[in-house]
Amino acid sequence: MKSQLTMRQKDQRLAWFLIAPSLVIILGVTLYPILNTLYLSFFEAPAGINLPKTFVGLENYRGLLTDPTFWATIGRTLYFTIVSVGLELILGLAIAQLIQSHPPGWRFLRVSLIIPWAIPTIVNGAMWRWIYSADFGALNGLLQELGIITRYQVWLVKPASAMNLVILADLWHVLPFAALIFQAALAALPEELDEAAKVDGANAWKRFWYIRLPQLRLAILVVLIVRTVEAFRVFDIVYIITRGGPAFATMTITYLTYLETFAYGKLGTGAALSFLISLFTLLMAVIYIRFLYRPQEQSE
Amino acid sequence: MRRRKILSKIGMFALTLPVLAFIYLPVLWLLTASISTRAELLTVPPHWIPQNPTLVNYLNIFLPGSSTSEVSRTIAITLLNSFKVASAVTVICLVVGGLAAYALVRVPFRYSRGILVGVLGTRMIPEISLVIPLFIVASHLSLIDKPSVLVITYLTFSLPFAIWLMASFFQSIPVELEDAARIDGCSRLEILWRIVMPISAPGLVSTGLFVFLLSWDEFFYALIFTSTLASKTAPVAISEFVGRYVTDITAMMAGGVLAAIPPVLLALIFQRYIVSGITAGAVKG
Repeated sequence: MKSQLTMRQKDQRLAWFLIAPSLVIILGVTLYPILNTLYLSFFEAPAGINLPKTFVGLENYRGLLTDPTFWATIGRTLYFTIVSVGLELILGLAIAQLIQSHPPGWRFLRVSLIIPWAIPTIVNGAMWRWIYSADFGALNGLLQELGIITRYQVWLVKPASAMNLVILADLWHVLPFAALIFQAALAALPEELDEAAKVDGANAWKRFWYIRLPQLRLAILVVLIVRTVEAFRVFDIVYIITRGGPAFATMTITYLTYLETFAYGKLGTGAALSFLISLFTLLMAVIYIRFLYRPQEQSE
Repeated sequence: MRRRKILSKIGMFALTLPVLAFIYLPVLWLLTASISTRAELLTVPPHWIPQNPTLVNYLNIFLPGSSTSEVSRTIAITLLNSFKVASAVTVICLVVGGLAAYALVRVPFRYSRGILVGVLGTRMIPEISLVIPLFIVASHLSLIDKPSVLVITYLTFSLPFAIWLMASFFQSIPVELEDAARIDGCSRLEILWRIVMPISAPGLVSTGLFVFLLSWDEFFYALIFTSTLASKTAPVAISEFVGRYVTDITAMMAGGVLAAIPPVLLALIFQRYIVSGITAGAVKG
């Protein structure tokens, strides 16, 4: 009895000993900063380290929420997120189903998906920026040779096309993530249901829509959450392709926060903005989980 | 019936072609640019296949001479910085995170669940929400523009991720194996070293890969915290060259290819781990 007690105590001590280094690091680099960001968001704080801060309460938040620029930025960020994630889900499912129907060369296609996924975001951005180049770009060259355009176009200077082209460049990099997850999920599905439906005369489309898709709910939920959270905070690809231009057409919320903080030196406003991004992120995760888990729980 | 099946196979195959084109055409164009001469790259209409292919852009990066452009020199140094930082982050995550992950799933401990959920939660926090305080602290400690500040800040996203991924791998090891070893008189740490580690080697490899790829890819912290060649990483160097109007574009493209080669090669070599890692990591979250 006594030896068992010391055993448990030994376990507790060992656990603390093994977990403590990670805990200290994580608390130091995430918990302290996030709380400090919240604290800073109640101050008007200039960028110099030793410059005095003034407490302004919720003024930074009030200023943002009444600023049309802020709401326009939220709108653009939502546009980016919805179009990007929507295309990923649809095309990701389509590519996964294509691979899963095993046409000649399906293994090669599956391996190929890894390449865009592995290429660093910044290299991806530089590559697409060069493809979109107004003077020497491959997009202009290709479209002209195909006779679709007669003159080279300044794609990234037109607000209407700039955002969609950034989305296309991003899609190239992130679509494989969705396709690979969906393909793995499809491959793991039991075949009996599908076979039974086939015997009952359901066509390929109906079998996909009514039988496989509902079983993919968990995989879809995962891609939806992970990718929405990532797309909403998009920064790298915008920075490298358009730097938020032309005329703010690709200014997303993280890019605005970066400018406010590091270009305009308004730490308080930047902190308020970045705290709002965290809240949005949290909110989206909660909404998704509630909506998508409920029907599943009922059926079980 | 059989004919219909063959027709549908052909139809499916035809559908794979646009997907493959979408994947490969941009990459081929990047590769083409990196082996072109500057004069040829700036022709209108573009030469789809370079008439004078050259490896000089790569040679300039690996063997800088007196005529080598600033771009090539910068690329070489920053690639090395990227490698150092990503390696350090990977080692720390595997060792520190591995011990924590093991303790959290296997050692009976009151707060395990709470800590694991907390770790998951920290993964959701965007980099932008942490960067201001991190920047202020780093300034006070004079860590700005040092590689170590990148290692520390990269732990914000990589360590929780590594713990969470390794916890899911450790969990899949049958407890019976460990119990048997305990009856034979092995201590917890001996069990971890002799039994758990060898069995979960694939999990550790895939965790290490993901952490390395994430760190190699990282841009935001590197942009904020670095300013000179002492700590600048390859993504930051590339982003600066892209922003300039007049730049050694072919050298930059070669740099882009070199920055892409390590992750692409690693991902292709370990593709089984990658796919299982993406799904294990994502689905179990």
